[in-house]
Amino acid sequence: MSNKSYYNSDDLRKFGDISEFSPELGKKFFDYYNEVFKEGELTEREKALIALAVSHTVQCPYCIDAYTSGSLEKGATEGQMMEAVHIAAAIRGGASLVHGVQMMNKTKELLM
Amino acid sequence: MTSATLKRRQHLLSYAKKQLDFLNQPKESGEQFTSFESKLNETGLDPLKPTKIDTFQINVGYMCNLTCGHCHVDAGPDRKEIMTRETMQECIDSIKDTDISTVDLTGGAPEMNPDFRWFVEELSKINKKVIVRSNLTIILANPKYNDLPEFFAKHKVEVVCSMPHFTRLRTDSQRGDGVFDKSITALKMLNEVGYGKEGTGLMLHLVHNPSGAFMPGSQESLQKEFKKKLFDAFGIVFNDLYAITNLPISRYLDYLINSGNYENYMQKLIDSYNPEAARNVMCRNTISISWDGYLYDCDFNQMLEMKLKDEKLQHIKNFDLEALEAREILVDQHCYGCTAGSGSSCGGATS
Repeated sequence: MSNKSYYNSDDLRKFGDISEFSPELGKKFFDYYNEVFKEGELTEREKALIALAVSHTVQCPYCIDAYTSGSLEKGATEGQMMEAVHIAAAIRGGASLVHGVQMMNKTKELLM
Repeated sequence: MTSATLKRRQHLLSYAKKQLDFLNQPKESGEQFTSFESKLNETGLDPLKPTKIDTFQINVGYMCNLTCGHCHVDAGPDRKEIMTRETMQECIDSIKDTDISTVDLTGGAPEMNPDFRWFVEELSKINKKVIVRSNLTIILANPKYNDLPEFFAKHKVEVVCSMPHFTRLRTDSQRGDGVFDKSITALKMLNEVGYGKEGTGLMLHLVHNPSGAFMPGSQESLQKEFKKKLFDAFGIVFNDLYAITNLPISRYLDYLINSGNYENYMQKLIDSYNPEAARNVMCRNTISISWDGYLYDCDFNQMLEMKLKDEKLQHIKNFDLEALEAREILVDQHCYGCTAGSGSSCGGATS
């Protein structure tokens, strides 16, 4: 690798290249991927906002780049985009905190 | 936007040649962007030829009451280029006995041309469909423009107006403070005389161009969003939404460079090249006429001063439809803007 960094923003546009080592699976993945983001019962804008929230949960810089643009392209506002990120944060925070119940259960089991 | 035009500031990018030079420069890494011509060649479209010319897009002057951040014309209050009635008459004489069915009036703010109403009336008389590209705010800019909705309705003019977004923030960031509210008022005035309403035959289309360095999303989805938001919040109705890609020239190019987005945006356009959109580019069925009567392949080529190759065809005085339909369309790197994604034209997506 000529680049010293694990992440390189230029790699985002090479996403399609993953098919190179496994064309059949690559095609299946991208066919599915493209189908997923088409307007269905959810609008394209709603799907882009969900993708933006998930991108923050999986903390994928490529995804954040792609779905920030994607959300803007689909007409999302800055407010909607930040609300989506807060949903990611709330679920992550909540996921830690809800385990507090487990901690409390165990504590109560152990203490006199 | 209150800033002066690039031309007024004698900005480098106000010179067509400098823009073309810039668009043909390699990236910072030294790598060259793929040339548009080579892409056309791959699609079997090089040289690009017209199909059949059915639209005359006439730019009646670069003067405008706004100075929008994305304007490819570099229009503004300080621009003095205005089409004369004589040139308008030459346009009428050229097309009256042809199959060219549509005259698309653009600018600047076309309504600011002192002979605008005369021109529309004359075009109606020869039964041409007239489209006006309105910035909406002009209707409120001066009492003399307040009756434009009635005037448009009387002549069944199709109104295509700029409305980049259904939020104030996104619209005003591109077009200037207060533009959103004025546009909403103007749209209500157009609705009042029947525009955008079923059964009236008065067509009102909105144009969305992104307020930033990204491409427009799906026109169909955006149209649904716009219709819902504008109706729910303001009771506004309209016919179609045209999603138009910003081309990297003039003030939008200046914005891309200053914001550090130029290379990524250009690359995105190139990566999104769509052969179907290339087959449907509007320069294949449209001729653009400048305020001083010169002919161009499109309004963008007009701004880049890319006059037709054949000198004999360059001016409306020598109008020759058959020869024009046999000409070669001139292309350069900015053309990627019309062939990216779902394609882009003055009528929105092309594929």
